[in-house]
Amino acid sequence: MSETHDASLTRDQIAARIAADIPEGAFVNLGIGQPTLVADHLDLERGVVLHTENGMLGMGRAATGDEIDPDLINAGKIPVVETPGASYFHHADSFAMMRGGHLDVCVLGAFQVSVAGDLANWHTGAPDAIPAVGGAMDLAIGAKQVFVMMTLFDKQGGSKLVPELTYPATGLGCVSRVYTDHGTFEVGADGPRVVDLHGLTADELAERTGLAFA
Amino acid sequence: MTDVIERSDATAAADEAVADIPDGATVLIGGFGSAGQPVELIDALRRHGAGDLTVVNNNAGNGDHGLALLLREGLVRKMICSFPRQSDSWHFDELYRAGRVELEVVPQGTLAERMRAAGAGIGGFYSPTGVGTLLAEGKEERELDGRRFVLERPLSGDYALVKAHVADRMGNLVYRRTARNFGPVMATAATTTVVQVSRVVPTGDLDPEAVVTPSIYVDRVVVL
Repeated sequence: MSETHDASLTRDQIAARIAADIPEGAFVNLGIGQPTLVADHLDLERGVVLHTENGMLGMGRAATGDEIDPDLINAGKIPVVETPGASYFHHADSFAMMRGGHLDVCVLGAFQVSVAGDLANWHTGAPDAIPAVGGAMDLAIGAKQVFVMMTLFDKQGGSKLVPELTYPATGLGCVSRVYTDHGTFEVGADGPRVVDLHGLTADELAERTGLAFA
Repeated sequence: MTDVIERSDATAAADEAVADIPDGATVLIGGFGSAGQPVELIDALRRHGAGDLTVVNNNAGNGDHGLALLLREGLVRKMICSFPRQSDSWHFDELYRAGRVELEVVPQGTLAERMRAAGAGIGGFYSPTGVGTLLAEGKEERELDGRRFVLERPLSGDYALVKAHVADRMGNLVYRRTARNFGPVMATAATTTVVQVSRVVPTGDLDPEAVVTPSIYVDRVVVL
């Protein structure tokens, strides 16, 4: 059963919503950009361990003042601190950890997610764009569960949850859940299912996305 | 044997370390952003002036230093990297849009694993990364145990330029925090590996259990 709430969520509230679904003791990678906000809502006493693809487990918060060390940065190249129990490893090991399915959860931003769980988040397909993929394709297919954090609609009001991708794919059938300002959705082989709604009724959701939800 | 290059003039030491890199070489350059980027060795390579280079790095230069200047000088024919476009990659962007540099974009984990494969004598590997995307076009695809994979080939270098933290006189290396990144895999994947370090300690002073790159992979160490 889905729940409906009156107001849409702020970015910070989406981040908190995602954090609440991350299980105790999970190994988690937070993608560059909005997903990093999830870290602010993770209770480290629940033993969640953050992975950063440039070679670290046990990443802590952003560094400030004297803590800043140019040799200790996250994937967004922001200085961070280490937590007790942290470890360092080289890039091939870091991506083996990811590709090998050892991470429990990865949270990524997206341009589009299809109802089958296909992800587009690396390339707009614009002819003059310089392609840059970074770790996006590795992250998309690696973790046991891939969560997407995004707004449900783009600036023109078009749905970013789509029947089929129109942007170039990052990975196919890889996303399990989509967390948005207007609701949380499960995607994949069984099609889209509403987990909760925020500031939209089920009818409005169907009308604005053009999708049929379970 | 590892050569340890120590000069009172650090610039001269860096110049000596890269002096035999020829035109047309493939050079693996460590670093993720500025962490682990061997800036002094890259500057020496630029002064040396070898051109027509193929450069492998995660990025395609930042700001007005290091790799960005190597690009600006027109010494790089081709970049192989995962993330060329950044807010401060203006030298690469300009060259790319002018058609003056080739670009091969490789997913970051595939980039690392291709170099690991080269260093480990592996002829290729099937990876699930990139399946069904633009970056899998033209690559052999196979379904194994019900999952789709693409064939990726090893990526080796003529030279690797790597920044580590401490070396001993044998060339064993330890790194510092996330500056380790591509260094250990690049060191295995190049014919000649040149490493800049903050200091060299006597052989036997590094804990063998803590060595990250064993000396067999290291040809030259320069203290900068």
